Amino acid sequence: MTAVQLPRRRALRVPVAWRRPAAIAGSVVLLAWVLVALLDPLLGLQDPLQQSVGDAFRAPSAAHPFGTDALGRDVLSRTLWGVRSSLPLAVALVAGSLVVGSVLGAVAGYLGGAVDEVIMRIADLVFAFPTIILAMVVAAALGPSLLNAVVALLVVSWPNYARVMRSLVLGARGQEYVVAGRLLGAGPFTSLRRDVLPNVSAPMLVLAMLDFGNQILLLAGLSFLGLGAVPPTPEWGSMVADGVTQFSSWWLATFPGLAIFSVVVAFNLIGDSLRDALDPRTAGAVQGSSI
Amino acid sequence: MSGLDIRGLTLELGGRRILDGVDVEVPAGQVTGLAGESGSGKTMTGLAVIGLAPAGAKVSGTVAYDDGEVRVPDLLALRPGAMNRLRGRRIAMVFQDPTASLQPMLSVGTQLTDHMRHHLHLSRSAARTRAAELLERVRVPSPEAALKRYPHQFSGGQLQRIAFAIAIACEPKVLIADEPTTALDVTVQAGVLRLLRELTDDLGLAVLLVTHDLGVMSAVADTVAVMRNGSVVEHGSRFQIITDPQTAYAKELVESLPHTPPPGTGEGEA
Ligand SMILES: Nc1ncnc2c1ncn2[C@@H]1O[C@H](COP(=O)(O)OP(=O)(O)OP(=O)(O)O)[C@@H](O)[C@H]1O
Ligand SMILES: [Mg+2]
Repeated sequence: MTAVQLPRRRALRVPVAWRRPAAIAGSVVLLAWVLVALLDPLLGLQDPLQQSVGDAFRAPSAAHPFGTDALGRDVLSRTLWGVRSSLPLAVALVAGSLVVGSVLGAVAGYLGGAVDEVIMRIADLVFAFPTIILAMVVAAALGPSLLNAVVALLVVSWPNYARVMRSLVLGARGQEYVVAGRLLGAGPFTSLRRDVLPNVSAPMLVLAMLDFGNQILLLAGLSFLGLGAVPPTPEWGSMVADGVTQFSSWWLATFPGLAIFSVVVAFNLIGDSLRDALDPRTAGAVQGSSI
Repeated sequence: MSGLDIRGLTLELGGRRILDGVDVEVPAGQVTGLAGESGSGKTMTGLAVIGLAPAGAKVSGTVAYDDGEVRVPDLLALRPGAMNRLRGRRIAMVFQDPTASLQPMLSVGTQLTDHMRHHLHLSRSAARTRAAELLERVRVPSPEAALKRYPHQFSGGQLQRIAFAIAIACEPKVLIADEPTTALDVTVQAGVLRLLRELTDDLGLAVLLVTHDLGVMSAVADTVAVMRNGSVVEHGSRFQIITDPQTAYAKELVESLPHTPPPGTGEGEA
């Protein structure tokens, strides 16, 4: 019975993750944003860059459902165009710092000793400065461009991941199955990849999903200072950053803020389901359930 | 002598002498029991032999290994790379709690084949075939299907059988089993011990069986070494240790035995 079932199960692995209602909801939201990003020119929106000084700070109305900003630009149009820069940047930032931080943290935790000392002291150094200030310094040193802003944020973000990863690996490395793996002849890197990492990936995934909002806002901080996205380009973080200073025009920060929120929630829903689906102990639960 | 010969094994950790000159012979084709109270250093002996003493431990003494093909005058003097090639290949280990010693995120098939492919350079399909044979050998029901399942889908007794299958996959000559039945239900213990005995006889394994349970010893061990405070105080045939212990400590240990018939004979496994 199982013999017939199992080849199918491997093929269904990812779809199984998506059979959870939370995953479906998250995917629908993300997919909607991707579609918006692709179809922006076809949506019949107003030009997101077109200024009209006479129309500045208009509250939401039929003509401007999300209102207008200080330069009279349509906030709806800017929010929908903003996904084009915000979403890919956030994904790149989170993925980049997740990879860099995880690798360094895992190596530090598993090997210990001098390697651990060097990596973690560098991480401490980064932690010693306020995140945005350090990012500014790095971005300024590299020169103002979007790519450099991304690099600067990677520099300040990886230690967070490295720290969590290191402590997870320290915990997992003492597990009997890790020792048992070493006893079967696995070298340190095989052991790390095969026995340690799969067992610490869940919390890392959750950490990464929660980091999306953070990264979008950090990037906004840099853009605000002219070190990130070049000003007229619509981008959620900068829209929120501009908007929060205008107390009377609530719509300026609210709508791009909701857009960020929807992306963060979507990634979290997907992350949770992915975590369950990747763990053979909980992956089976979905198969057995009535979904 | 074919097997393991442990001489004057001493282990110091943080200024404390945890092993103090352990001498035991572990001949091929025999189960050598290592008994003694909790904390006497049984586990540490096994780990030191296989080169996995805790970080910072100072280990001295010699552990000679000989299987007829390969002779190593002192395992403790081997460089890490050389030791790595022996581990899992020539010397294998089975732990107390199979739910902790098997990797929960990998299928049984992967855990059974990875080291065969690594040590024996088998192809994926050859390793797979052998893995199924091994599961059959340790009497795990429907081996083909079991290969695709994950550890949490098996019972404790089945998992320990799988752990044995993994241990013997590369045809090692020495097997160190640390309390292999302690975590198991009494009814399941007998079956696992019988399997251990069978493997010892059929494969000519030199088995070092660590346990604080003399009942387990009396069921499968040929000789029994009694440990106390990091050294072996008495080593003799199972019969002699149980019926006529020489040292006061061994006597005490034997007297503390529960008066139930030892497992391993007669009754089947649930
Ligand atoms: N990682 C460690 N660091 C320091 N001391 C340790 C460590 N592991 C074990 N010890 C000490 O070494 C001694 C021997 O431990 P060991 O685990 O070998 O005992 P044991 O005979 O296997 O006992 P048990 O029957 O309870 O398993 C104990 O006193 C223990 O406190
Ligand atoms: Mg022990």
